Amino acid sequence: YYYNSILPPSCTGHRGRTPRRKWQVFPGRNRFYCDGRVMMARQTGVFYLTLVLILLTSGLFFAFDCPYLASNLSPAIPAVGAVLFVFVMGMLFRASFSDPGVLPRATPDEAADLERQIDSTGCSKPPPRTREVLINGQTVKLKYCFTCKIFRPPRASHCSLCDNCVERFDHHCPWVGNCVGRRNYRFFYLFILSLSFLTIFIFAFVITHVVLRSNRTGFLTTLKDSPVVVCFFSVWSIVGLSGFHTYLISSNQTTNEDIKGTWSKKEGKDNYNPYSYGNVLTNCCAALCGPLPPSLIDRRGLIQADTPQTAHQSNGTGGGSYCDQDQCLQSTKFVLQAAATPLLHSDPVVLPPLPAKPASLGGPCAYLAPAQPTLPSCAGDVLTLRDTAVDSHCHHHLHLHHLHHHQHFASPEETPCGTPQGALPCPAHMHLQHPAPPVRYDPVTQDSLHEDSVRGLVKLSSV
Amino acid sequence: MFHNLQDMQHTASLVTKVFIQRDYSEGTVCRFQTKFPAELDNRIERALLEQTVKTLNSYYVEAEKVGGQSYLEGCLACATAYIVFLCMETRYEKVLKKISGYIQEQNEKIYAPRGLLLTDPIERGMRVLEISVFEDRGSSGSSPSSSMSSCSTAR
Repeated sequence: YYYNSILPPSCTGHRGRTPRRKWQVFPGRNRFYCDGRVMMARQTGVFYLTLVLILLTSGLFFAFDCPYLASNLSPAIPAVGAVLFVFVMGMLFRASFSDPGVLPRATPDEAADLERQIDSTGCSKPPPRTREVLINGQTVKLKYCFTCKIFRPPRASHCSLCDNCVERFDHHCPWVGNCVGRRNYRFFYLFILSLSFLTIFIFAFVITHVVLRSNRTGFLTTLKDSPVVVCFFSVWSIVGLSGFHTYLISSNQTTNEDIKGTWSKKEGKDNYNPYSYGNVLTNCCAALCGPLPPSLIDRRGLIQADTPQTAHQSNGTGGGSYCDQDQCLQSTKFVLQAAATPLLHSDPVVLPPLPAKPASLGGPCAYLAPAQPTLPSCAGDVLTLRDTAVDSHCHHHLHLHHLHHHQHFASPEETPCGTPQGALPCPAHMHLQHPAPPVRYDPVTQDSLHEDSVRGLVKLSSV
Repeated sequence: MFHNLQDMQHTASLVTKVFIQRDYSEGTVCRFQTKFPAELDNRIERALLEQTVKTLNSYYVEAEKVGGQSYLEGCLACATAYIVFLCMETRYEKVLKKISGYIQEQNEKIYAPRGLLLTDPIERGMRVLEISVFEDRGSSGSSPSSSMSSCSTAR
């Protein structure tokens, strides 16, 4: 699907190089395959584990149990099993390889315009980097994303692992190797649902086979040829996860919202979910059969020679020079704020008790191998979910943030201005004096610093 | 006075860009604010811009509508393991094509003659409706407001 640009390109690529595609300059931390058709997260190790587990279990079932079952019970058994297997793989690939609903970063002009608006409001209530919106009678706070330079739409969240803002962010799933968001949530749900059916199916028929066989040969010999043990653990964890997500879909909540308790009943406040349609059936239909929005990032589009790219600060259409300066101002502000905020008491980050999902997923991985490779990703998973929590005082992460900081600004925001400090005109000094004095706890800057520090921590913890 | 888009591109220089932000008061559905930006006060009549934004909003509502047709499409797609989308366009994509045609038409008829240019929101990740404001380099004396005042009948 090629989006027609209204302005005809004035410069045809006569540089002698093949025109590049947009995925090659994508600012997030994703990996692209098949010339931009496939999009995944950076760490894909656990995804291959998922593939191996499913293929191994199904393979053993079809090889060892099906011949007996087909001849002794019914040939429909392997047939149904095959259909389920194909559906599971199809949904897995769809969930893993598609764009979860990534929001492209703001163009320099937009960022500058927003920055102007934010600075003009001054120290008013609510703090300038949040906006309050009334949705269906419920007040929702929209936060400003420092990396993507946009006000996040409601229900969107910034994934620290992929470094993208994702619409209707559910969670980052290492098993699927991608974020789960608006565009691939239904595939993820259908994947775990069909996988539950497949594991129950295999488990049931393997037990049947064992029972029938053990009349003739020994119980243990039949058992060792069957994938029973793997199945046993998978059944409970996957079925539990499907149950959890069925609950989420029927109440129209994301995992993110459920874990933070955004819409749970709080005393004194009339708290309800403004996005819910009221009844379970409509919620389910909307989530699974609603319209599928197209990808906003146009990964296979060709880069126009004269269009400004957010990844590289090339001077695009007129007005580019003041935009780049603004980028410098932003970066400098950020660095000074970060440097000025003192390291407060190092309270350990108190994470909420994990819900069914990460705990139960520990099941199969604990069975198979020492859990080392998977735990950091699970931890990273949970940290991602907490990334916008302002109330946790995790300032002891700030030193990690400092390490991480320059790295962060080197890649997506390559600013052409070499000396941010020296070359700034008067407005810069106004900007630098404007933010709150460093000692006072400013929830807004802590929010963004916390985001960054979480990212830093996750980077260090992930293998 | 600009005659067409090509003309404007070659003779005009970009003054500024005005952004119309998203209106989230109805939830996560795509909708743009109908509030008139102050910078365009003397460039275009309020009613015209409001009409454009309202029509765009109605297109987006149509694209994201959760109803009979979308259920049918969803169930069919699920039954075929989503392979059907290799040959068929989703309803959302069809509406997006209609929108880009509408924006092109609006630009040619209404905005280009006033030195303005709308950018399709899909190219800005559906975050904003970008309006580029041009200044005519060629004719230094005449300003767009004078051409507009000659058009307006309110005297």
